[in-house]
Amino acid sequence: MIVMRDLRKDFTVRVKAGRLRRHKRTVSAVGGITLGIERGEMVGYIGPNGAGKSTTLKMLTGVLTPSSGEVSVCGLAPVPQRTRLALRIGVVFGQRSQLWWDLPLRESFALLRHVYRVPAAEHEARLRRCRALLDLDEFLDTPVRQLSLGQRMRGELTAALLHGPEVLFLDEPTIGLDVVSKQAVRSFLAELGAGGDVTLVLTTHDLADIERLCRRLVVIDHGRVVHDGTIEALHARYGSRRSLVADLVDPLPEGFALPGAAITATEADRHRVTFALEGATAGAAVAGLVAAVGVRDLSLLEPDIEDVVARLYATPDPSDAP
Amino acid sequence: MVPGGASVPTISRIGPFRGSTTTFGALIGSGFRRYATYRQATIAGTFTNTVFGFLRCYVLLAVAASTAGGQPGGYDARQLATYVWVGQGLLSVIGIWGWTELADRIRSGDIAADLLRPVSPLVAYLAADLGRALYAMLTRFGPPLVAGAIFFPLHTPVRWQTVPLFAISAVLAVTICFGCRYLVNATAYWLQDARGPITFWTLCSGVLGGLYFPLRLLPEEFTVALWVATPLPSLLQTPLDVISERDGPALQAGLVALQVVWAVVTLGLAAWVQRRAERRLVVQGG
Amino acid sequence: MGELRAYAALAGAQARSAATYRWSFVTEMLANMGGTVFDALAVLVLFRATPTVGGFSLREAVLIVGLSSAGFALADFSVGNVDRLKTYVRAGTLDAVLVRPLAALPQLLLMDIPLRKALRVVLGFTLLGGAVVINDVAWTPARVLLVVLAPIAAAVFFSSIFVSSASLAFWWVDSGEIGSAFTYGGRDFTAYPITVFGDTFRGLFAYALGFAFVAYQPALALLGRTDPLGLPPWSGFLSPLVAGVAAVLAAVVWRAGIRHYRSTGS
Ligand SMILES: Nc1ncnc2c1ncn2[C@@H]1O[C@H](COP(=O)(O)OP(=O)(O)O)[C@@H](O)[C@H]1O
Ligand SMILES: [Mg+2]
Repeated sequence: MIVMRDLRKDFTVRVKAGRLRRHKRTVSAVGGITLGIERGEMVGYIGPNGAGKSTTLKMLTGVLTPSSGEVSVCGLAPVPQRTRLALRIGVVFGQRSQLWWDLPLRESFALLRHVYRVPAAEHEARLRRCRALLDLDEFLDTPVRQLSLGQRMRGELTAALLHGPEVLFLDEPTIGLDVVSKQAVRSFLAELGAGGDVTLVLTTHDLADIERLCRRLVVIDHGRVVHDGTIEALHARYGSRRSLVADLVDPLPEGFALPGAAITATEADRHRVTFALEGATAGAAVAGLVAAVGVRDLSLLEPDIEDVVARLYATPDPSDAP
Repeated sequence: MVPGGASVPTISRIGPFRGSTTTFGALIGSGFRRYATYRQATIAGTFTNTVFGFLRCYVLLAVAASTAGGQPGGYDARQLATYVWVGQGLLSVIGIWGWTELADRIRSGDIAADLLRPVSPLVAYLAADLGRALYAMLTRFGPPLVAGAIFFPLHTPVRWQTVPLFAISAVLAVTICFGCRYLVNATAYWLQDARGPITFWTLCSGVLGGLYFPLRLLPEEFTVALWVATPLPSLLQTPLDVISERDGPALQAGLVALQVVWAVVTLGLAAWVQRRAERRLVVQGG
Repeated sequence: MGELRAYAALAGAQARSAATYRWSFVTEMLANMGGTVFDALAVLVLFRATPTVGGFSLREAVLIVGLSSAGFALADFSVGNVDRLKTYVRAGTLDAVLVRPLAALPQLLLMDIPLRKALRVVLGFTLLGGAVVINDVAWTPARVLLVVLAPIAAAVFFSSIFVSSASLAFWWVDSGEIGSAFTYGGRDFTAYPITVFGDTFRGLFAYALGFAFVAYQPALALLGRTDPLGLPPWSGFLSPLVAGVAAVLAAVVWRAGIRHYRSTGS
């Protein structure tokens, strides 16, 4: 469905050097990505700010011309066959609206039907489904400029789907949304993906989106793929650890140690302590702890994907040296 | 900032002309620096003004060449060239066109934030505009004039008071122009969208301000009426007549005095409109 | 066919959102009419001072102004809004246009149809009609054809100038007002007999850029006057050809520009 082969995008930027002088510098936003995505896959595309996620998506949708490399989406070359491709993909750029600012959502949708040349019955059916799943009815007649961010984003999603795209590109669709709207967007996308005929590429900062939606995770940093696989594979590769948090009756004695577990944090005057389990089973660690100190409460935390990804980003990039 | 003013978020009641001088100076400085960052746009704008200078100058010189006596509207060829080229430089200093900031902020509702500041928006925008004008004077005034001087013989002032009088006249023109633009933009308080009035202003200010041709080419009664009844000729025609020494010293000074009147009238009107608008915002809750 | 319906729908949407700001629309329309009146007045004012400018009488000059303003008004009405491109390029909002299944340029133009400029077109053509009447042209079939084609060619030519100078923003985002030097500057240049301009300046605008063929040469051909600047009498009939070349060049520049578009980092 999507093929990228050594895809690159360089930007030339002028950097201020002193009061009047400026010199040119080339920024490699995407530095050689090779990736294939099959029909029906749901791929989470993540990376820190400036990693090149949006740039990749813009090259896939025909907005940007790649500096070099090959790219094809639905068997089409995005830039030369831009308008044909547009009929087969849906795009949501979280920070940029595609709707008509002064028109009510309902009219924007009607307009999109003409723009994408969708038969009326098909359009109606899709719109009905979106209205039900995304709760659009209460603001369908409000001009877009008066919508809240969450409402607008639900509108944007609908707009991207009305022509029944084969591939959906979402660039940070949950950015800035409140918890309820985020939930609505996520369950909608999950429902969409469950059908298995829409390919979905999603960039996000919120890893909860990914955990909920995507089996496959592609992590990029400095324009390069640093991980491509399932979330479990990521945990395995980076040796993610579970942790044990205990609330103690008395402060933790100085010099206390548990075999197979490392203290990673103490809080509240050493009344609360966190251990990372390294080798010890949860049972052994709990038993050891309860035997040694008075424990009021205990909880066991699964490895945190945020934590793993944060460590992934922190790994120095070999190509970054000047 | 005015001491103590910032901590209490109330709508400013400091009169528009009573902001402290240091605040005013700081605001001028920030206007200057802000426009100094638009360096490329400055270059582009200067190029465009110079091209238009050529167009206007050639046309007026052709008119002069075929006019009996060679003095259309009482200007000789050199005075006409000076009129055109100083005008092309002054154009960006007074900044007739393109200022929609106030209207934009009213439309987006951001104006509410300006009202919370201890300085009235009129004073703040005036200071910023003076800063902008100062920057334009240093960067955009000279180049068209130099281009004009290279390709056309210009009139050099002969009276000692002409240049200082021109300087005063230019500052007054900047102030009057600001007052007018503020009023035009302020229609957005009532109309939501000031695009119409702004287009209308763009049109009238250019033609009736004396940019396209010297107003002295029009029938005299009409010119006088324009001068007295509208602030428009005070924008470009007056300073340009002063620098090209179209009139005797007394009339020159008289025209500048008329500018003073218009500066007071437009700023006063702007202050009044701003107060009305603020009261309306408070009543209607923006 | 489907595409045309799509464009029509876009135009309708635009008209509806413009209706939100009714008052501004009315004043803008009036201001635009005023603009055309002022343009013509400016010429009259100059002829108040002198019977001929650059060797041309008022009547002849009105024919030149008429051709120029009919062509310019038509171009400004249909593609003048392309000069907004620089704001879209700067803000990266062109992205939304590029992901839709329609060509970018028509979409951009339909994002804001300047209905307010429509009356200007009418006034421009009225002026041209008046000029043709007062000049008692010796009509031949070729001249009849020319009087129909010349304003259209002028509009195509100005449109090409609008598109290519707006495309500059793809390479130079802060190009600011530089486009006006060629669009509005071109209009001012073509509104006068080009004999008034200095040699170098005229060479650049009239012949290198091609503005001589917008109004001046066709006017000479209609009037049957020989060109004081020495071009042959049939050169006025070249104006559709010149416009065609300009349009092709503009299309090339536009396509190259779209490929050069770099969006913005978010
Ligand atoms: N239009 C542009 N001009 C210059 N640099 C850009 C542009 N777009 C993106 N960049 C740069 O490319 C890099 C990647 O940007 P982007 O793809 O937006 O990152 P992400 O979406 O992962 O946060 C950043 O360093 C950014 O500054
Ligand atoms: Mg991004």
